[in-house]
Amino acid sequence: MASASGPRAAALLALAGPAAPPRRNGELVFEVPWEGRLFGLTLTLHDQGRFEWEEFRQRLIRAIARCEREAAAGGAPFRYYQAWRAALEDLVAAKGLCAATEVDTRARRLAARPTGHDHGA
Amino acid sequence: MAHGDAGDHGRADAHGRVQAETDALRSEALESLLVEKGLVTAEAVDALLRHYEQDVGPLNGARVVARAWTDAAYRRRLLGDATAAIAELGFGGPQGEHIVVVENGPDVHNVVVCTLCSCYPWPVLGLPPTWYKDPAYRSRIVREPRQVLTEMGLALPPQVEIRVWDSSAEVRYLVLPERPAGTDGWSEERLAGLVTRDAMIGVARARLADDARAAAGRG
Repeated sequence: MASASGPRAAALLALAGPAAPPRRNGELVFEVPWEGRLFGLTLTLHDQGRFEWEEFRQRLIRAIARCEREAAAGGAPFRYYQAWRAALEDLVAAKGLCAATEVDTRARRLAARPTGHDHGA
Repeated sequence: MAHGDAGDHGRADAHGRVQAETDALRSEALESLLVEKGLVTAEAVDALLRHYEQDVGPLNGARVVARAWTDAAYRRRLLGDATAAIAELGFGGPQGEHIVVVENGPDVHNVVVCTLCSCYPWPVLGLPPTWYKDPAYRSRIVREPRQVLTEMGLALPPQVEIRVWDSSAEVRYLVLPERPAGTDGWSEERLAGLVTRDAMIGVARARLADDARAAAGRG
């Protein structure tokens, strides 16, 4: 890699718990609501000890590489949360929490809702 | 952001709309299934999301930087063990376990990327902006940092060395920007107002004192 790769950090102390809330940040973090839901869902599962973060990260790296290849080949433009969604689906299936076929079925049912239903939220 | 290509995608756009629809549906499907299975509650998801949208953000990092500008001993601790120094101000948690602070100076400018995914020091910066996760930024900032920074509005003199730091699960980097001139005697709180998210990623400088005064005058 051409970048200066930083020194591997010395073993730093593991830290105290979540920060005391400081102030409102006010930045827009998610482009559409479902991205935020997906993010919250992932962190909730992690908080509950359902997986190690690295297990998710490795899948995210692979999913990002796949989405980039598809975009480069003329497919859908790269979108980060598409990769995140694929990575989480893969992980919950691997952990036996929820099979891909269940998601297939449920997604079809949701798609068949009458128009006007907001499925982005 | 300036480095994104705003060109027309045509056919890819249609693919994109279908894909976005699929992602939205499958994401909703996954949450509803996990709720039904009793693995999560919608309220827990709400609470985490709210926390990251409202409470965790660049203001935390700005306070860290302002403290380092005004307190030499703190600055040394921050450069020596950033995670511990940041915890002194009450910030920590997921993705903040191994933060390393890199300091800008007259001859060196640091900029941060995660080439593989989106590693980022959440406790001090919140969640990364869209451009940070974009393939163009992630690949180009490594190959041609000077050019990308110029496109993003930061033209550095040729004699300034640019160091690109690749964040990972092991190390997440935070840039300590240079303190702007004309800020002698400023309080920490006032200084924090000069420190932007982009300055702490390294794609911008801290705001100038004059700009801050003008902004305050307008406000």
